[in-house]
Amino acid sequence: MANITNTPESAGSNLMARALREAFYAGLVALGLFVLFVGLKTDQNILNELVLVQRWGLLAVFVAIAAVGRFLSVAFIRPYLAERKASKASAGVKEPGFVTRNFSMIAVAVLLVYPPIMVAIFGFQGSLKWVDNFGIQILIYVMLAWGLNIVVGLAGLLDLGYVAFYAVGAYSYALLSSYFGLSFWVLLPMAGIFAALWGMILGFPVLRLKGDYLAIVTLAFGEIIRLVLINWTAVTKGTFGISGIAKASVFGIWSFDVSASNNFAKVFGLPMSSAYYKIFLFYLILALCLLTAFVTIRLRRMPIGRAWEALREDEIACRSLGINTVTTKLTAFATGAMFGGFAGSFFAVRQGFVSPESFVFLESAIILAIVVLGGMGSLIGIAVAATLMIGGTELLREMEFLKHIFGPDFTPELYRMLIFGLAMIIVMVWKPRGFVGSREPTAFLRERKNVSGSFTKEGHG
Amino acid sequence: MAGTNTMTKDPILKVDHLSMRFGGLMAINDLSFEAYRGDITALIGPNGAGKTTVFNCITGFYKPTMGMITMRQKAGKEYLLERMSDFEVNRDAKVARTFQNIRLFSGLTVLENLLVAQHNKLMLASGYTVLGLLGFPAYKRAAAQSIEQAKYWLDKANLIDRADDPAGDLPYGAQRRLEIARAMCTGPEFLCLDEPAAGLNPRESLALNELLRSIRKDTGTSILLIEHDMSVVMEISDHVVVLEYGQKISDGNPDHVKNDPKVIAAYLGVEDDEVEEVIEQIEEIAEVAPGDTHK
Amino acid sequence: MEYFVQQLVNGLTLGSIYGLIAIGYTMVYGIIGMVNFAHGDIFMLGGFAALIVYLVLVGLFGGVPIALALFVMIIVAMLMTGLWNWVIEKMAYRPLRGSFRLAPLITAIGMSIALSNFIQVTQGPRNKPIPPLVSSVYNVFGISISLKQIIIVVVTAVLLTIFWYIVNHTPLGRAQRATEQDRKMAALLGIDVDKTISITFVMGAALAAVAGTMYLMYYGVIVFTDGFTPGVKAFTAAVLGGIGSLPGAVLGGLMIGLIESLWSAYFTIDYKDVATFSILAIVLIFKPSGILGRPEVEKV
Repeated sequence: MANITNTPESAGSNLMARALREAFYAGLVALGLFVLFVGLKTDQNILNELVLVQRWGLLAVFVAIAAVGRFLSVAFIRPYLAERKASKASAGVKEPGFVTRNFSMIAVAVLLVYPPIMVAIFGFQGSLKWVDNFGIQILIYVMLAWGLNIVVGLAGLLDLGYVAFYAVGAYSYALLSSYFGLSFWVLLPMAGIFAALWGMILGFPVLRLKGDYLAIVTLAFGEIIRLVLINWTAVTKGTFGISGIAKASVFGIWSFDVSASNNFAKVFGLPMSSAYYKIFLFYLILALCLLTAFVTIRLRRMPIGRAWEALREDEIACRSLGINTVTTKLTAFATGAMFGGFAGSFFAVRQGFVSPESFVFLESAIILAIVVLGGMGSLIGIAVAATLMIGGTELLREMEFLKHIFGPDFTPELYRMLIFGLAMIIVMVWKPRGFVGSREPTAFLRERKNVSGSFTKEGHG
Repeated sequence: MAGTNTMTKDPILKVDHLSMRFGGLMAINDLSFEAYRGDITALIGPNGAGKTTVFNCITGFYKPTMGMITMRQKAGKEYLLERMSDFEVNRDAKVARTFQNIRLFSGLTVLENLLVAQHNKLMLASGYTVLGLLGFPAYKRAAAQSIEQAKYWLDKANLIDRADDPAGDLPYGAQRRLEIARAMCTGPEFLCLDEPAAGLNPRESLALNELLRSIRKDTGTSILLIEHDMSVVMEISDHVVVLEYGQKISDGNPDHVKNDPKVIAAYLGVEDDEVEEVIEQIEEIAEVAPGDTHK
Repeated sequence: MEYFVQQLVNGLTLGSIYGLIAIGYTMVYGIIGMVNFAHGDIFMLGGFAALIVYLVLVGLFGGVPIALALFVMIIVAMLMTGLWNWVIEKMAYRPLRGSFRLAPLITAIGMSIALSNFIQVTQGPRNKPIPPLVSSVYNVFGISISLKQIIIVVVTAVLLTIFWYIVNHTPLGRAQRATEQDRKMAALLGIDVDKTISITFVMGAALAAVAGTMYLMYYGVIVFTDGFTPGVKAFTAAVLGGIGSLPGAVLGGLMIGLIESLWSAYFTIDYKDVATFSILAIVLIFKPSGILGRPEVEKV
C-alpha cells in the first residue's frame, strides 16, 4: 500500500490524500456515466412528443454517492479488509460446528414444519403469501437449479436454454390435461419423459459443439421453443396462454375443486380456504425437490455420475478410458431436462395458467446464475443461493414501508430486477467459485476430504 | 538387458502401411511394424518424427489416411483399430493409453480416477444405472470389487497413502504413475504409454521402470511406449522401433538399434545425402577400433 | 426480381447493424475469451444516449441540420457507452479475469439485467418514439432505397475500414493481437495488458453505440428492452461467422440480416427468428467453429 519507509502518520495522511483524489475521480466518472441517463429524463408530453425533464439534483446525489463511497472504500474499508485478511491467515481453520455439519437435515426439518408455523403465526389467509410466494416459489427454483446442476455443475455442459425443458413440462401438462383430461399424477411422469426426450432431441446434434458454441445453440433452442409456443396459436393459444388448468389432487383421493364431492375441506369438515391447496402444493414441490436431491446424490456415486464429472474434468481422457462421451452427455442432458419437465408440470398446476411469458431467456439466466452462485455441483450451496436470490427479490415486493420514506410514488418492485442484477455481480466478484466452492468426493478409502475448488475444472462443453 | 523374446513371436499389434497426412504434411509415411505379445516395445525417434501421431492412430484419436492397424487379443479375436472410434478401442479392443501431457481428472480424488476407469464394467453391473439407482445388491458387490481393484493398483503405483487426495494435488511423478494405474484399471491387453518418463527425476524414473516391469510380469500386458530417455528405453524394452520423418528407419532389439548407423545419423542430425558418408565413417572407425563406437 | 433485390437491400441494412454489434462480442471474446452478455444492453444504452442528445439538441437550438445532429449523436453516444463499458470491465469483469470461466459470464448476465433495468428505472418503461430524422427515398431501377439505409451501410463500411486499419496496422492493434494470442507473454514483452483489454472494451462499445444510433434513426423508436433481441442476434452473428474472427462477425451479421429479411418476405414473419436460430444450429452442426472461425484442433 503506502511506502514502507513512511512513518504511520504520513502513511495515514498519504492514504487520506489518495482517498480524496480517488473520490474525486470516482465522482467525475459517475458524472460522466449518469449525466445523460439520470440528469435528464425522456417523458412524453400531452402531444405525445418526447420532452426532457431535468433532474440535476438526483444526478448530484448519484455523483455524491460514488465519490463518498469511493472515499470510504479506499480510506477505511480496504485497509480494514487487508488487516482482517492478515489476521485471519494466522488463525487456524475452525472445526465445522453442529449446524454446518448437519445443515441439510436441519433444513429439511425446518421446511417440513414451515407451513404449520406460518399458519400458526399468520392464520390461514395470512400464511398464503409466505407459503406460496416464498416457500413454493423458492422451491421451484431450487428444483430447477438442481436439475440444471446435473448438466452444468456435474457434466460441465453450458446450457443457456434450460427454460425450454421447463416450458415443455408446463405445456405438456397444460395441453394434455385440458385436451384429454388426464390427471396430474399421470402427467407428472409423462412431462418428465417428454422433457427428457426433448433434451435428447436437442442434445444429439449439438454435442459435438464446445463451450460457447454449445451455449449459443442451447440459447437458440430455448428461444425457438418459446417462439413456437407464441406462434403456434392453434394449439398453444399463443401469447394468451392456456388458462383454467386443472388442479392437482392428493393422489386422486381428495380434490381441491370447490365443487367436487371429495373436496379436501368438505371431507374433513374444515372451513373452506385456498390455503390447504397451497400447503399441499408446498409439500408436493418439497417432495419433488427431495426426489431431485436424492437422485442426484445417488447418481453421483454411480458410474454414470462419475463419468459426468470426469467429462467435466477432461473429455479426451474419458474417451481414452472407453467411456462413450456422446451417450454420457446425452444422459446428462436428458436427466437434467427431466427434472426441468417435472418442475414445469408443477409450475402449470400451481399457476393454473401458462403462457410463453414465463419461459423467457431471463429465466434460464436466473437458473444458471443460481447454479454458479451456489457453487457448481453443490446441492446445499445451490439451495442457499436460490433462497437468497429468489427470496431476496420477493422480499422487495414486501417493502411497503419504503413508500413512507420515499413518498407514495416509490415502487420498490421496480427496483427488483435492478437489484437482482447488481446482486449477481457483487456475489460473483466476492465469491467467484460460488458459496460452496469445494467438491465432496463420491468414494473414499480412509477419510472423506473435500476437494478444493482450485482443482476442479468447469468443463469445456 | 533385453527381455526374454520367445522364439515364436506372437504379434499382438500389427501396423501395416500406415500413413497419416495433415494437409500438405505427411506425418507418417507407409509405416509398418509389429509389437509382440508380452514385450515392451519402444517407439523412439527425434522430435517431430511422428511418434505421437502413430499413437493417436492406434488409439483411435486420429483416423489414418491409409493403412491398417490390427490388434489381436489373447483369445484370438482381431480388431481393426483404424475403423473404431477412440472409446471403442479401449472398451472393445482393450487398448489403453496415457498422454504426453498428463490428462488426469484433477478435481476428482486419486481413488475416483481409478473408479472412472472401470466405468464400462460398473455400468453393466449397475444395469445401466437403473438397477443401481434402485439399490440392487449386484451393483453394491461390483462397486466394492471395483474399489478392491483400485486399491491393488494404488498399491502397485505406490499411491495408497494419497488415495483420498485430489489428483491435481499430486507431485508430477506420482501423477504419471496414477495415469498408468488408471489406464491399467480398464483391464487392457495392450498399454500405450506416451513419454512416461518425461520430466521425472532419476528416483521417480526408477520407480516407473519398476511399475512397468511389474505390469508386464503380473498381468502379462504388452506395452508400447514412446520415450526420449535412452536409458529407460535400453533398460526395459525388448524391441525398439525407430522413426524419422514418419518413416521407420530401424527395427530390432535394443542392441541392434543402438548400433544402427541410420539411427545414429538420425539422432546426430545429418542430412539425408550425408548418411552414406556417416555410415562409411562409422564402418571405418569400427574397423580401426572395434567396440569403440563413441567417436 | 425487384422484390428480391429490395429485400436484399433491407437485409443488408439490418445486417450492418448486427455486424457492428457483433464486432464487440467477437473482439471481447477474442481477447479475453468471455461472452460479454451485457453487450446488447450497451448497444441499447448507445441508442438511448443518442436519443437524449437529439432531444437536447432540439431543445437548445430548435432545428439542427440533420447531418450535424447525427454526427453529434454518434460522437456523444460513442463516448458515453465507451465510458460505461470501461467502468463495467474494470468493476465487474477484471476482478474475475483468470478465474473460473463461468464467473464472468454470470456477472455479464447480471450486468445485462442491471443495465436494462437501470434504464427502465431512470428513463421509464415506455417506448420512446422520435420524429423521422431522415426521410428521403430514392428510386433506383424500381428499387426504393431510403437515405437511412444508405447512411447505415456507408457509416458501417467507413467504420469497418477504420477499425480494420487499427487492428491490422497500428501498435494498438498489434498489442491486441498479441494479448489475444498469449496474455502472459504479451505482458512480459512490455504490453500493458490491462490497458489493451480496456481499450478493446471501449472500442467494442463505441461500435455498439454507432449501431444504437443507427437503430434509433432507422426505426425511430427505442425502449429499454431493445438490448436483448438485437444483442442475441448479434451474438448469434458472431458465433455464426466464427467467434473471435472480425470478418466473421461482419459476415455473420450480414447473413443474419439477409436471412431475416428474406424469410419474412417469402415465408412468414412470425417464424423469422426461428429461422435465424435454426440456421445457426444447422451451420454449427456442420461447421462447429462457425464459418470463418479457426477450427478448434483437438490436441491429444
